[in-house]
Amino acid sequence: MQYSSQAVAKPYFIAAIGLFAGQILFGLILGLQYVLGDFLFPEIPFNVARMVHTNLLIVWLLFGFMGAAYYLVPEESERELESPMLALAMFWIFLVAGALTVLGYLLVPYAGLAQLTGNDLLPTMGREFLEQPTITKLGIVVVALSFLYNIGMTILKGRKTVVTLVLLIGLTGLAVFFLFSFYNPDNLVLDKFFWWWVVHLWVEGVWELILGSILAFVLIKTTGVDREVIEKWLYIIIAMTLITGIVGTGHHYYWIGTPEYWQWWGSVFSAMEPIPFFMMTVFAFNMVNKRRREHPNKAAVLWALGTATMAFLGAGVWGFLHTLSPVNYYTHGSQITAAHGHMAFYGAYVMIVLTIISYAMPMLRGRTAANSNKSQVLEMWSFWLMTIAIVFITLFLTAAGILQVYLQRMGENPLPFMVVQDKVALFYWLREIAGLVFLIGLLTYIASFFVGNDEPEAKESA
Amino acid sequence: MSQAFTKAMARNIFYGGTVFFFLLFLALSLDTVSVLPERDNRANLTEAVVQGKKLWENNNCIGCHTLLGEGAYFAPELGNAFTRLGGKDGIMAFIKSRPVDGIPGRRSMPQFNFTDEQLNALAEFLKYSSEINSANWPPNVQG
Ligand code: HEM
Ligand code: HEM
Ligand SMILES: [Fe+2]
Repeated sequence: MQYSSQAVAKPYFIAAIGLFAGQILFGLILGLQYVLGDFLFPEIPFNVARMVHTNLLIVWLLFGFMGAAYYLVPEESERELESPMLALAMFWIFLVAGALTVLGYLLVPYAGLAQLTGNDLLPTMGREFLEQPTITKLGIVVVALSFLYNIGMTILKGRKTVVTLVLLIGLTGLAVFFLFSFYNPDNLVLDKFFWWWVVHLWVEGVWELILGSILAFVLIKTTGVDREVIEKWLYIIIAMTLITGIVGTGHHYYWIGTPEYWQWWGSVFSAMEPIPFFMMTVFAFNMVNKRRREHPNKAAVLWALGTATMAFLGAGVWGFLHTLSPVNYYTHGSQITAAHGHMAFYGAYVMIVLTIISYAMPMLRGRTAANSNKSQVLEMWSFWLMTIAIVFITLFLTAAGILQVYLQRMGENPLPFMVVQDKVALFYWLREIAGLVFLIGLLTYIASFFVGNDEPEAKESA
Repeated sequence: MSQAFTKAMARNIFYGGTVFFFLLFLALSLDTVSVLPERDNRANLTEAVVQGKKLWENNNCIGCHTLLGEGAYFAPELGNAFTRLGGKDGIMAFIKSRPVDGIPGRRSMPQFNFTDEQLNALAEFLKYSSEINSANWPPNVQG
């Protein structure tokens, strides 16, 4: 660690991992409710558990992105963070606001929470992923603005690199597009149309810039490849991301009341969205092959390569699978969607956050470059357990989805939704088992922070 | 990547491409907003429908159901519930009759204790939704 203010990243990373564990716990509850319908009913209905699962995911990824920025920006900018105090204050505000929101979901019926928080004044609740009370959303805006100020000033006053520039564009875009969550017209079609300006333009737009810049940073550090080469790649990858991904939003405008020309725009542009993900894979493997040093943190390199691979599989391949409008006509809103959602979120955003944590945490905890071999071996086990588990979750959901589409939406005698759900229950059981393996992987991951701490640091094997 | 392709070129493609395709997207969105009145059934956005949408949101129905294919995949699509359940009466009767403690062993919908006015508003909202021109989606009545 070259700058003492980088230390503020540590609580962000710890909170991220803690909330990650909560997310997975509620994922397992959801998975069980899929097969044992009355599990925890009516105390924790499915919709409540689902909000907790998805909102914890988003919040812990945001903690991860902020921690990543606080760690890498001082190092790139070659100066201390503008205000470490502000960063710590925002950490506590965000954590407390997040905890209160989740408690609100769990302890108060949702309609009561809406009333309690004055949703009628500015109704924004009750839409997928944007379920937070309006005051929580306002809190998120405040945290995001203070964060942008802190990071932005540090970048502007220091050395400017492509990595920090791209990161800043991505983070600014994240904050700007979130503002559309405050627009909730009575007209359902308009509501849906602009809802995607948050959701799609996040995960297939500005978040990819954040992903690319963190990946570039870790590759510069661990491979020792010339920064010029890596920055050129970064530019061309994010160029392809936005060239395909912005108009690619159209793949959500096929069946929600929007004009039918979106079937062409959406299909053509989103079919090209896998290109930047593929380039990211080629990029990461190329840089590691051309490495000029053997960085002792093998686990971090594994996470980086894993991110590049799994993001391509989950977003690129599983996204392409259902993105053409004639296919999407049948798969829209089915278990195929859920399969893709899981592998894409894991491969791209979970893994990039775990990559930067893997790279930075040893330094934040007082090592010079890496953890002991013992700790790294356990961390690499957790990498494989979680990654293989998500692959199987995706495969089982894909199988359930294909059957669902076939039985419910095709053929002579389409069956009712609930009848079909019963018929594919076997795959939901298998998904739950894979989910348990994921949990074991996560516990292994957490354990890797506690073992081998009194053993010597792994050394650069050159 | 080859030496002839410089970082400055990559940067220009990024800025130029982003601006161009963002403007294209804005133009398409503008056109969409201007032609929506023909498709989005706004003529039938009555007070009851508006109240129904609020109830839909305040009770987080989207946390279990899809509506025009978006939402959760735990419970049936509701964009065409008006057709599937045989009109407003069918919708209101279904919502009203959910057992408080659920159905043993099965996925159950909560009992929300709506008033008759609220039930009517929700049914109106689902009727309005079913009349949005969704390009023939869903493929059949099962949703
Ligand atoms: C890391 C990037 C990505 C993430 C995190 C992601 C995540 C998701 C999620 C969570 C949904 C479900 C949204 C909902 O609940 O309604 C979704 C839907 C969808 N995604 Fe992605 N996605 C990514 C990239 C892609 C790419 C690159 C493609 C195309 C090649 C794609 C194609 C689709 C399509 C077509 C849908 C709509 C599915 C439906 O009609 O039900 N996604 N994505
Ligand atoms: C133990 C593992 C997990 C289980 C059993 C599980 C289960 C579930 C279930 C049952 C749903 C609701 C599907 C529905 O609406 O009907 C869901 C939604 C979701 N989960 Fe998970 N989950 C797990 C892990 C994860 C992980 C690791 C991630 C992130 C990488 C994740 C991200 C999501 C997302 C984004 C959605 C919304 C999907 C959509 O709208 O298409 N889950 N999960
Ligand atoms: Fe998308």
